[in-house]
Amino acid sequence: MTAPNKPLLELRDVRTYFYGDEGEARAVDGVSYTIGPGQTLGVVGESGCGKSVTALSIMRLVPSPPGKTVAGQILFEGRDLLALEEREMRAIRGNDIAMIFQEPATALNPVYTVGNQIVEAVRLHQGLDREQARARAIEMLKLVGIPSPEERVDEYPHQLSGGMRQRVMIALAMSCDPKLLIADEPTTALDVTVQAQILELISALQKRTGMSVLLITHDLGVVAETADHVCVMYAGKVVETAPVERLFARPAHPYTIGLLRSLPELARPGEKLPTIEGVVPNATRFPSGCRFRTRCSLARDLCAEREPPLEPVGGDEGDGHAAACHFLEEAIEL
Amino acid sequence: MWIYILRRVLYNLPVFLGIILFLMAALRVKDPIPGMLGKFPEPEDYARMEKALGLDQPFLVQYASFLADIVTLDFDQESYDKPGLQAGEIVKDAIPPTMAITVPALMLSTLISVCVALISAFYRGRLPDRLLVFLAVIGMSVSFVVYIIIGQYFGAYRLNELLGPGNGLFAIEGFDTSEPGWWVHYCLLPVLISVIVSMGYDTRFYRAVMVEESGKDYIVTAQAKGASKKKIMFVHMLKNAMIPIITRVMITLPFLITGSFLLEMYFNIPGMGNNLIRAINANDFPVIQAFGAIFAAFFIVTNILTDVAYALVDPRVRLS
Ligand SMILES: Nc1ncnc2c1ncn2[C@@H]1O[C@H](COP(=O)(O)OP(=O)(O)OP(=O)(O)O)[C@@H](O)[C@H]1O
Ligand SMILES: [Mg+2]
Repeated sequence: MTAPNKPLLELRDVRTYFYGDEGEARAVDGVSYTIGPGQTLGVVGESGCGKSVTALSIMRLVPSPPGKTVAGQILFEGRDLLALEEREMRAIRGNDIAMIFQEPATALNPVYTVGNQIVEAVRLHQGLDREQARARAIEMLKLVGIPSPEERVDEYPHQLSGGMRQRVMIALAMSCDPKLLIADEPTTALDVTVQAQILELISALQKRTGMSVLLITHDLGVVAETADHVCVMYAGKVVETAPVERLFARPAHPYTIGLLRSLPELARPGEKLPTIEGVVPNATRFPSGCRFRTRCSLARDLCAEREPPLEPVGGDEGDGHAAACHFLEEAIEL
Repeated sequence: MWIYILRRVLYNLPVFLGIILFLMAALRVKDPIPGMLGKFPEPEDYARMEKALGLDQPFLVQYASFLADIVTLDFDQESYDKPGLQAGEIVKDAIPPTMAITVPALMLSTLISVCVALISAFYRGRLPDRLLVFLAVIGMSVSFVVYIIIGQYFGAYRLNELLGPGNGLFAIEGFDTSEPGWWVHYCLLPVLISVIVSMGYDTRFYRAVMVEESGKDYIVTAQAKGASKKKIMFVHMLKNAMIPIITRVMITLPFLITGSFLLEMYFNIPGMGNNLIRAINANDFPVIQAFGAIFAAFFIVTNILTDVAYALVDPRVRLS
């Protein structure tokens, strides 16, 4: 499945900082990952670790001021997005790379019909006339499983349920056949049964079109079911990356191990769920060296002195499992 | 939609009746006749006046007949201050001069302020934005009267000196609508002053609205779609911003009548403000009462129009 194809998207050492009253917040601080064609990359991590800001950096939609992507490369089909003109970037947004968000309730414009919002994207990128665009909108609504799309197309977002709105968002995102879909916690705001439906829908659409998916979530269960490859982020950095089965079978980084332990599905019955002590450090005041050391049971002097690089785990380098910890051998025994 | 409008009208009707009731009661708490005829009027004068004003009738009868006056827009009691004129005529003659100033002023200031606010929001946090906000605060900090005096000094006095006697562009007294170009002559300067006065407040308010809208999630969605910044501002943001904009404009409407008191006094414009103040000073009971009714009606109509405008702009309103 993970054939060593040329990647569709490659992030190289991307750094996005926010400049506020408290100084420089290094929300994304040297993130690298790749997504192959047709692949799903799951990005997990606690709230505030920089998952969304990374995604916005790819789209070049980081609010500025106060934010700015100050370094790195974002190669999409070999082109560095960070070097493009704004006009060229606009031609990519919504067309080659589409994005859906956490809150379907607020992500749609309340004063336009859902049809009009899809029509806008289609006309922008595909140069269709009004009639064709409307037909396309109806077709997309049908594709994402909205009943009686001919009527729904003229309805306003407030007339739809949360799950339906997220479907509309997906229809909107898919309307121009993107090569990459960025889904930033697409199911967090929905209730559990709807969550599963939305994830299935995304997978089905992916099979159909062959697009790649960047799936951002803090739910490891979601990752286990849908992703091919996983990136675990902590405090603006990738601390571990691995194929999904590998990550769940043999997590290497103490943080990943902690995350997996806290999953209810993996807990032994009757036992209190273990949690990772402490909170994510503030992005303006990250600790020196390894950023996880303040919460890590293995931490010692070296961790404060030097930042651990992302290194291949377990000797065999081919499968893309890497982690950033000075004491990987010990961590595996945790 | 028609049903919605009808519902709004029916809903506002009792409010209007209540306001009229209150207005009439308030004007009768103190016997109005001594105010006109002096403290110790001759009994026959008093009786005549009481009859002329209908004050000898039971209150309910007066209420009904005044409501009838309102419905037919025929306030036929004679003015005390300007004998020979009916109260309704005075009100009717006062409306056009006021409107000639307030309507263009409101339209201009709203249009300009919204545009300035859009520019400000477009450059949010950068130099043009900061400059505009700074100007708005300065504009707000100066009193209305100062603008009027400065405006009259430069726009009328100095300019007329420059153009030579008789050729003045702006006048500050007279108001003769039979002249050609009367509007520019008598109204443009007060309109400009009024626009400048409200610009500061309006710009700041509309900028806040735009800034708030620009932080909403649907903006990010529109950006992620690949829409241009211009399109996002004018198609997505502006229509959402229309809701607070309409609210503000509608709230401003009644205030524009009162706001023009000052302008009408300084420019000697025979409008509502001028006439109402004159009527109050003269204890002109029928005229005051007619003005009160007109203000109330104006207020209610504004209310209904606001609700209709909401329904036109915001699809969420229609159902409820
Ligand atoms: N507009 C902004 N201004 C200032 N700081 C910001 C802004 N957006 C994000 N940040 C900072 O960037 C950091 C990462 O935020 P981000 O939204 O990427 O987290 P996340 O991993 O997506 O979390 P969540 O799971 O809550 O969505 C946060 O610490 C936050 O303080
Ligand atoms: Mg997020």
